[in-house]
Amino acid sequence: MSIVDQIILITGMAAVTFSIRYILLAFSSRFALPQKVEKALKYVPPAVLTAIIVPAVLTPGGNWDISLNNAYLPAAVIAVIAGFLFPKKVLLASISSGLLVFAFVRFFL
Amino acid sequence: MYILVSMILEKGKRGEFFAGARDTFPLLIGALPFGLIYGALAVSSGLSVQGALAMSAIVFAGSAQFIAVGLIASGAPVSIIIITTFMVNLRHLLYSATLLPELKRLSHAWRFFLAFFLTDETFAVSARRYRMEDNSNYKHWYQLGSSIIMYLNWQFWCAAGIVLGSKIPDVKAWGLDVAMIVAFIGMTIPYIRNMPMIATVFTAGIVSLLTWQFPYKLGLIAAAVAGILAGMTAERVISLKKNVNKEEL
Repeated sequence: MSIVDQIILITGMAAVTFSIRYILLAFSSRFALPQKVEKALKYVPPAVLTAIIVPAVLTPGGNWDISLNNAYLPAAVIAVIAGFLFPKKVLLASISSGLLVFAFVRFFL
Repeated sequence: MYILVSMILEKGKRGEFFAGARDTFPLLIGALPFGLIYGALAVSSGLSVQGALAMSAIVFAGSAQFIAVGLIASGAPVSIIIITTFMVNLRHLLYSATLLPELKRLSHAWRFFLAFFLTDETFAVSARRYRMEDNSNYKHWYQLGSSIIMYLNWQFWCAAGIVLGSKIPDVKAWGLDVAMIVAFIGMTIPYIRNMPMIATVFTAGIVSLLTWQFPYKLGLIAAAVAGILAGMTAERVISLKKNVNKEEL
């Protein structure tokens, strides 16, 4: 990536990130979030995360791969199961089980 | 536990600041592997060392940085990466909306700084502190303590990851990005608790598979928007049905 591209990218990312974090605080008392926006915001994290996860798991490296050669697949499946099994420690359960399965499939199968 | 102990022992600005930093400690450990992996992957994805450091220093948003690195490696254009960053970070709008009642009495400078440092971790820790019913006037110092320690921790591990990544030439082939994927799975699952959320996740997943070959990673945005709309539609349908049922009764 060229230096100019990097500068544009990082400045742009910083600008959008800071704006999101600051805009409500900047106008504090005069500004409330419209109800419709607040409703939509709830769905943003699961929607974006799922849209990242699913293709990353099923098309690693840019090709469909539904086989055991694709270690991402069993890792993700186990991470989902573990996450639902341990609702109080979801993050820990998903990460540790997913990483273990990934390492196992990569190195032993 | 931590919070209770620190509250009894200390009051005032300094006390709040250090209590905030201390209560954030477990989350610092959680951020450690992500900082390392981000740093290791950033340089091999095409960012310069300075670029990778600058991104951590001035964007300061772990998951967005992680995704950006992945997108850079796959050759996505700058504009798409910025739009994706926007969507991934939109959740912070909810955080600032939640903290608004506590922060609106503060000066502009305070609000500016606390906004810059507003991460998932600091939000979680500080929101708990604000909810406590003692009349400390310095709860924002607690948030500042959490913010500063998170920031320093993130910079340190990112830099360590960059050093590590430059020592291991084939680090990309290790599949370290799986850590991000399973972490995202763990972050998504708690949302899946009602029908609208299930609709969101299913729709986003299916649309992402229909669109993953779209150029410029536009599929990611299409899938996310479709998921959001599906959730809102499901919520609407369910509330309409409830109203109909009430009228019948």
